[in-house]
Amino acid sequence: MAQRRRQSAPQNQSQAAAQEEDDDLTFTQPSTSQVQRGLEKVTNAQVDQKTAEVVQYVLVKDQKKIPIRRADLVKHVVKEYRNIYPEIIKRAVRTFDQVFGLSLVEIDTKNHIYILVNKLDKEEGASQFNNPTNPKIGLLFVILSVIFMKGGVVRENLIWNTLKKLRVDPGEKHEEFGDVKKVVTDEFVRQRYLEYARIPHTEPAEYEFRWGQRADMEVSKAKILEFMGQLHEQEPQSWSQQYREAHSSSAQTGTSSSQR
Amino acid sequence: MSRQMGDSHRRFLQTMMANGIVDEQGAKTLYQRCCEIHNTQYAPDKLDEFIDILNSRLQPLFMQIRKGMSEENGQQYYALVNMAETDVTRMSSDYADNELELFQKTMDLIVSSENGKACSTDILNSADTLTTKKLKKSETEHLLQRLVHDKWLTEKRGEYTLSTRCIIEMEPYIRTMYQDQVKVCHICHNFAFQCQICENPACSIKIHNPCVARYFKGRSEPRCPACDDFWPHEIPEVRRPHSHSRK
Ligand SMILES: [Zn+2]
Ligand SMILES: [Zn+2]
Repeated sequence: MAQRRRQSAPQNQSQAAAQEEDDDLTFTQPSTSQVQRGLEKVTNAQVDQKTAEVVQYVLVKDQKKIPIRRADLVKHVVKEYRNIYPEIIKRAVRTFDQVFGLSLVEIDTKNHIYILVNKLDKEEGASQFNNPTNPKIGLLFVILSVIFMKGGVVRENLIWNTLKKLRVDPGEKHEEFGDVKKVVTDEFVRQRYLEYARIPHTEPAEYEFRWGQRADMEVSKAKILEFMGQLHEQEPQSWSQQYREAHSSSAQTGTSSSQR
Repeated sequence: MSRQMGDSHRRFLQTMMANGIVDEQGAKTLYQRCCEIHNTQYAPDKLDEFIDILNSRLQPLFMQIRKGMSEENGQQYYALVNMAETDVTRMSSDYADNELELFQKTMDLIVSSENGKACSTDILNSADTLTTKKLKKSETEHLLQRLVHDKWLTEKRGEYTLSTRCIIEMEPYIRTMYQDQVKVCHICHNFAFQCQICENPACSIKIHNPCVARYFKGRSEPRCPACDDFWPHEIPEVRRPHSHSRK
């Protein structure tokens, strides 16, 4: 894909890591007056340039669906402009909104972690889920459907059995996906599409799946019902509980922050 | 038609970000779909204007949707390119240093070859000369697969060429790094890697295969457009666009 990180990785690593780590932990949002003073020292073009770098960095991470930590953003991109961080983020948010139709959402307010969410109407064939060119998305869609139809949480065995029926065996190396189990329990989880957690008090440990925050924001439950309806030749309304959930107001707005 | 940026533009851009590159027909279809979904006016012949509006907003971000021709089939493609960096270090978030070095060596091989191709044996041999960190044979093979998958290289029967996307996106880099070696097509004036060459040593102009097909179509005796010598190569058929569009 076209966007790549401006700063090359080896350079970052070679920097005095310890000092940087300290900086991360102590980074606090500068106050409005600090930002004001900071802005007096730089030109508008410099702020725009920094904003462009931030936008690129976020797009690259988002390409791989990796959530963005504010600390990394400051450390790798914003750097000496950290005193005007709020202004840069404000401009980046505006750019994502106006140019890309994406919104930068903070999914973890404690650790300051962001993801990009599509603002274009997800019912209208906007999202990649309605037009999966990437087979992994198809796989994910199946898993999210199972979880949704089973009321929001399922034991992992149910997922593995469903996939086996579709000839995707988590125990074998798959031609397209490689290590299926890793894709599902690691990649999709890191991308915040799925949550994968140990069921308390199980010995040996058993795990269960839920929808992750990104799925809540990006995936239309109404679409899933439609898909299930076609699959089973049934009206979506016949799953009344799911239908109500899919068409409740919170599910429809989609890009509002997670409801859980 | 509206000069304003709208949701139809945003949707178009999002799809370009997901795909990296689309052929002209794909771009037209996408343009139409985006306009339909967002109920904006659609004019079949206004694709480039539509993209210009996007580009005016992408430019401050050092990004651009750029048009280029496939050396393979002569079709136009649109690629979303990043202009923030003009060398291969831009690939550095996806590839390690020695992997990038191997990619550079592959480009060297392709650029210095007559036909714009590098065979896998030569690439594997050059892996032994890496200065950063040696790559094992299996690692090199795996890397080549990745470069093809990421659409930087194209592979056919063990021979590698620069992909359309790579030529469009790396244009400034190729221009600086290989300015003496790289020639442009006599017909379309884009870089010519996979092409035919005039055999008159005083001339030796290059023409892309699809450009050859179009230029010589219907001419009884093919002659070089520069030196008028006989053109001794096989003249390929003009490919009907989109009959079998390659990804
Ligand atoms: Zn040409
Ligand atoms: Zn000639």
